[in-house]
Amino acid sequence: MTSFNVAAGRLGGKVNNLSVSASSVQKGETLIDTIRNLEVMGFAAAVIRHSHGGAPQLAADNTSMAIINAGDGFNEHPTQALLDIMTMQQYKGSLAAKKIVIVGDIAHSRVARSNIWGLLKFGARVTVSAPATLIPKGLEEWGVTVEYDLDRALADADFVNVLRMQYERQSDQNFIPSKREYHRLFGINEKRLARAKANLLVLHPGPINRSVEISSAIADGKQNVILEQVVNGIAVRMAVLDLLIGSGHE
Amino acid sequence: MSKLLLKNGIVVDPAQGLESRLDVLVENEKISALQAGLRAEDAEVWDLQGKYVTPGLIDMHVHLREPGQEEKETIKTGSKAAAAGGFTSIACMANTDPVADDVSIIKHIKEVAARNGLVHVLPIGACTLGLQGEHLTQIGEMQRFGAVAFSDDGQTIGNALVLRRVLEYAGMFGATVIAHCEDRTLVNGGSMNEGLLSTRLGLPGIPRAAETAMVARDIEMARNFGRIHLAHISARESLELIRQAKQQKAPVTCETAPHYLLLTEEAVGEYNTNAKMNPPLRTEADRQALLAALQDGTIDIIATDHAPHTLDNKRVEFNLAAFGIVGLETALPLLYTHLVKTRKIPLTRLIELMSVNPAKIFALDKGTLRPGSCADITVIDPELTKPVDKTKFYSKGRNTPFDGWPLCGWPDMTIVGGQVRYTQKAGVLVKKP
Repeated sequence: MTSFNVAAGRLGGKVNNLSVSASSVQKGETLIDTIRNLEVMGFAAAVIRHSHGGAPQLAADNTSMAIINAGDGFNEHPTQALLDIMTMQQYKGSLAAKKIVIVGDIAHSRVARSNIWGLLKFGARVTVSAPATLIPKGLEEWGVTVEYDLDRALADADFVNVLRMQYERQSDQNFIPSKREYHRLFGINEKRLARAKANLLVLHPGPINRSVEISSAIADGKQNVILEQVVNGIAVRMAVLDLLIGSGHE
Repeated sequence: MSKLLLKNGIVVDPAQGLESRLDVLVENEKISALQAGLRAEDAEVWDLQGKYVTPGLIDMHVHLREPGQEEKETIKTGSKAAAAGGFTSIACMANTDPVADDVSIIKHIKEVAARNGLVHVLPIGACTLGLQGEHLTQIGEMQRFGAVAFSDDGQTIGNALVLRRVLEYAGMFGATVIAHCEDRTLVNGGSMNEGLLSTRLGLPGIPRAAETAMVARDIEMARNFGRIHLAHISARESLELIRQAKQQKAPVTCETAPHYLLLTEEAVGEYNTNAKMNPPLRTEADRQALLAALQDGTIDIIATDHAPHTLDNKRVEFNLAAFGIVGLETALPLLYTHLVKTRKIPLTRLIELMSVNPAKIFALDKGTLRPGSCADITVIDPELTKPVDKTKFYSKGRNTPFDGWPLCGWPDMTIVGGQVRYTQKAGVLVKKP
């Protein structure tokens, strides 16, 4: 959400942050009521991050404010995909037929879903790699390749998008037996990248867990574009805000 | 005592193998004669030219919410909805608050229903105390005071040993146990069918195995310990299991609901909470398999699983929305329009599914127009076409995905125990004081 705040600030907008724990939502107010209150207070847009998929849709159906999805449950995080795609294009031009590997908890990742929607539209080849317990159903029907052997997935990849792992959740619910085994099978480190194409680029939506899903050597190395993503994130969010509620929009 | 003479309708009574133009004379709450060209001087005469006269429809799966959740529905509003939907008997599930796990609740439901006197309300008792899946209820006592079946609907009895005791104990009274087949560990907080669509919508999925694994278990339980009626079947693999079990004479019967026959998971669209139900809407292949199973007899009953909720229960995030939709006031025209009119099944088969078989499976003295039987009669107008209008529902629940659907085959008249309780023109006729 910081990135949205910065983007709005750069455009001269005024931002109010409403966190659920401090708001009426905690007291039982519904999402629709919250949104309607914000609307009559004169806000032009609401940027929503919510724990349930579809919440921004429910909000948008009940307001004339612009609603921007900043992440809903494990459904979507559209601006993240836009900035990921912008970053990829910046380095390698057209994404047609380029191969992107997304690695990590695909089942519970809104970043993964938004990347899949976007990348397939650009004609890219998308492969996901994760323990079978963290692969959602139906991906093949969607046109996505599932590969449990990360080395094989990376062999001819142009990009790898590394998702943040939340180990507590994943081990509590029995998705993975141990960090150690996850590392061995799905961690991104120098040894693994040495076997991939030399110009493979590493993306990560942040915040990164060093030595968890990504080794420090890679996080600080030349193959990653993580800070470039952060910069592009501001630009993309500025663009989204400007297109929806900018002065030219009136 | 009032006499009714229903003239010129086409009588469809599968129990007698009848489908012909006959007059029906109702006297003293019973059907007294069934033949062409009947006359009765002192009877109230109804000309039913062009209409079907069928045994009263029976819905074995309804949630009336009373006691405890009267904001969603009451026995009275649910009974009105039933009469308006052409149902003369409805069986109400035990998941009220308090749970119908005791004679007192069963008696209460019967008393309130009798006071309203609109349709026959048949209480279903819980199998286990508080639907907790642990301790047996007094099935014998509840049956003595009017419980027609026993079910922990909504709460699958996970512990197979508890289910064994329930089946053996209920079997002693000839009582049928209705099982809601969903393995809760596999449901795991899911809110729609698991597959590409749930993945695309970012919603937690309910795997088909949550249902099918339980169906497989319950077939084995029935084979060994006593008869089970499997509620609201939604998945094609379940039908395969049931078909095979029936061939092997296992004591199982099953039902499905209109929404599984008419909708698929695509109805979830952009998080439409009126497409959220338990079990979830499945795929087109499942829908086709359900239609085939209606035709070949694998499915015995269509029941609505009428599940009224307030608007507030549904106008929230999809994951947080209540499961279920209302069904009493839409079932008949939905099925007539989309199954009978399209020639997927004949009307006689629909009446078997909605009246004859429920009566047979639950040992109710109903489901036929044979002279001498209780005068529960549904008259269907095949020509009347109008859209579903949820604002006109008698039910308190407006939670339907079918609002605005143009349908034909609406109930024209509902007669319960010889009393006219609904007519298309006058609406529901509440009992005179």
